[in-house]
Amino acid sequence: MNEIKLYQTAAAVDKLIEQVAAALRSRLAAVGIDDPVIIGIHTGGAWLAERLHHALGIDAPLGTLDISFYRDDYTRIGMNPQVRPSRIPFSIDNRHIILVDDVLQTGRTIRAAMNEIFDYGRPASIILATLVERGGRELPIEPDVVGIRPVIEPGEQITLTGPSPLELVVGQSKTAARKRQK
Amino acid sequence: MSKQNIQLGPDGRLRHFLTIDGLSREILTDILDTAESFTGISERTVKKVPLLRGKVICNLFFETSTRTRTTFEVAAKRLSADVLNLNISTSSTAKGETLLDTLRNLEAMHVDMFVVRHADSGAAHFIARHAAPHVSVINAGDGHHAHPTQAMLDMFTIRRHKGDFAGLRVAIVGDILHSRVARSQILALNTLGTSEVRLIGPRTLLPADARSLGVHVYYDLDEGIRDVDVVIMLRLQKERMHGALLPSEHEYFQLFGLTESRLQHAKQDAIVMHPGPINRGVEIDSQVADGPRSVILQQVSFGIAIRMAVMSMAMGSQTQAAK
Repeated sequence: MNEIKLYQTAAAVDKLIEQVAAALRSRLAAVGIDDPVIIGIHTGGAWLAERLHHALGIDAPLGTLDISFYRDDYTRIGMNPQVRPSRIPFSIDNRHIILVDDVLQTGRTIRAAMNEIFDYGRPASIILATLVERGGRELPIEPDVVGIRPVIEPGEQITLTGPSPLELVVGQSKTAARKRQK
Repeated sequence: MSKQNIQLGPDGRLRHFLTIDGLSREILTDILDTAESFTGISERTVKKVPLLRGKVICNLFFETSTRTRTTFEVAAKRLSADVLNLNISTSSTAKGETLLDTLRNLEAMHVDMFVVRHADSGAAHFIARHAAPHVSVINAGDGHHAHPTQAMLDMFTIRRHKGDFAGLRVAIVGDILHSRVARSQILALNTLGTSEVRLIGPRTLLPADARSLGVHVYYDLDEGIRDVDVVIMLRLQKERMHGALLPSEHEYFQLFGLTESRLQHAKQDAIVMHPGPINRGVEIDSQVADGPRSVILQQVSFGIAIRMAVMSMAMGSQTQAAK
């Protein structure tokens, strides 16, 4: 029941990240953005953002967001006991932002992340890059750049485990998937 | 007092925050970690998060305290809650309304959380026991009993400067006997695994059972602060002078006032803390209070983050319990 299957090996994930980086490069070139900043959403998105930050050779330091204080399910499930500080070590105002997450499903995390970003300032633009896009959207949010679009059963979770190596696993619980690696 | 811990919900999460007593190291660490995430918010353009939007928090102060009430108010507002400030000593109790009647009336106004300060020990527990099930209570100081958010902001300050509690020597100096702050600090320090907690003060201001609290007792300041990492000074409550517990402010300063030369006995990198308000020249010399090792003003800033953490944790488990 709680079986966790390896879906993409570390080598395959590395390749996907290269593809995302390449797609971002051409996307940024097409719209004429030469000085973007990058923000990853804890935890998987932050791992991915770190890789992309390096691959794209971005000057500004990496930003990370923990969206726990912006979640729309606080009144249903309470406080996330493992909240980490958000770190945006640059000014958001008038910057072009690459927002990075590991898996896009409902879109609620991205909504929360954008709300938080706007509390830091007014960005010029935000583009969304995710490693995985799967079905199940509940909000009108779509990614600009995607690594892979797998078909995942509705009751199952696809999870990025890391930070090193990065692998994609499929199972019933994200927590179990992350624990498997430790 | 009942040992069944009404502070915790059925899932073991924090529902009320009344005392450090009975809380595990895990919960105290969760509070410190959550507060850590809240510290960055005060540096942003928008110094607020939407976590408690639509919630009503009532500051129920039966004893005046500008600083504590203000930091609770700032904390609640940074969480986007609405805040009611009630100064009860000047309000309905003067007209003969009982505490329970006041409580029922406020509940009828759909208050979700009470922050309670009262001169009587156990007042916050009383309110927690009688409050409606969806309401959380935070103790902002009750009599001589407890002041848990102050203790936690002190723990936060210590952790920020010193890291792990294991290996630390911490001295608490002054009127321990009447101090709810000291009582909560001792519990928190011991729960978090501090190597050595020392109490320093005149015999008349130290509790008779001090040693049973798991601490070392000193009657001499120079001896007591030798090689400590943290010195926590307590405010000398001037009203104690009248109870013949102390000779005079001047003599107290001579014996227990913290000066630069006395501080030399502590470790080179020792920090000096004080819950405020400070009595300059009574328990602490201005040179120390304003000096490089003083972290007194940081304590105030960290107090906001700690109160945000406690409020959001208690309110979060409350909504879950009500589900």
